[in-house]
Amino acid sequence: MFVLVEMVDTVRIPPWQFERKLNDSIAEELNKKLANKVVYNVGLCICLFDITRLEDAYVFPGDGASHTKVHFRYVVFHPFLDEILIGKIKGCSPEGVHVSLGFFDDILIPPESLQQPAKFDEAEQVWVWEYETEEGAHDLYMDTGEEIRFRVVDESFVDTSPTGPSSADATTSSEELPKKEAPYTLVGSISEPGLGLLSWWTSN
Amino acid sequence: MEVKDANSALLSNYEVFQLLTDLKEQRKESGKNKHSSGQQNLNTITYETLKYISKTPCRHQSPEIVREFLTAMKSHKLTKAEKLQLLNHRPVTAVEIQLMVEESEERLTEEQIEALLHTVTSILPAGPEAEQKKNTNSDVAMDEEDPA
Repeated sequence: MFVLVEMVDTVRIPPWQFERKLNDSIAEELNKKLANKVVYNVGLCICLFDITRLEDAYVFPGDGASHTKVHFRYVVFHPFLDEILIGKIKGCSPEGVHVSLGFFDDILIPPESLQQPAKFDEAEQVWVWEYETEEGAHDLYMDTGEEIRFRVVDESFVDTSPTGPSSADATTSSEELPKKEAPYTLVGSISEPGLGLLSWWTSN
Repeated sequence: MEVKDANSALLSNYEVFQLLTDLKEQRKESGKNKHSSGQQNLNTITYETLKYISKTPCRHQSPEIVREFLTAMKSHKLTKAEKLQLLNHRPVTAVEIQLMVEESEERLTEEQIEALLHTVTSILPAGPEAEQKKNTNSDVAMDEEDPA
């Protein structure tokens, strides 16, 4: 689920923090910059693991702060393909089942990857697995808050950095809010035996 | 900012749990600047991640247990990713093993799957809910004995 990522960055320490130990200031700045943020094509950054190398700190003319090039390792949430994860159902919509891990929310299980046959109950807005046995069909509901085991089948990174000012035509529709896209989304699947709500597979 | 290696090492949930718990202790001791606006992101992510990992079996692991587990796993010839998943999830049924080990029907016989399950459940401690269940079961047993 978590990987270590080696990165290099230049950290700026303002003069009023010069009394603190350099390592502490740098750790705080790196966490301030990266914690809980998604880095494009890398994953969701959790926290600093360690600082591997500090190069010389320079002070540039016009800016009283010191600039230090830092080599460090960061703990990043980036599940590998086909990894099994356990999360909680956040809700259901016609697009599929939305799953959350607490610290990461943008996981979707599309309808075609649910245990088949599945149908969407419009009245209760919930997906249902129509499980067939000899006695007849059982309707297994995928309720909000239930723990669910799923396999990661796809991930997508979207570059959400701001684009430049748009052309004159676009400004007329400035009333509409731009659609907020999640920078990092996972696509899951529960179409195998053992996957789905934990309560479906426990034999108590 | 430059990313030198996006996949330099895999971390087990236990290692991340340890790291975040130590970080929380450190920050509690230094006290004052936890609530400055810049630290809010770090607070949020460490709290949520710790909350998630605390509900998994990784909570009760230790470096010795992990080392023992990996030594015991050597004989089963599993890939690093498969061993990591077994360590993080602690499967108790054959179905879960089939999910985590690729092509397990071809690579492992039924006895091998049983042996693997036995190794996993004996070396790795159970999760927090299983501990609770064990306690309530023993309570129920005691209640049944009394009326007799």
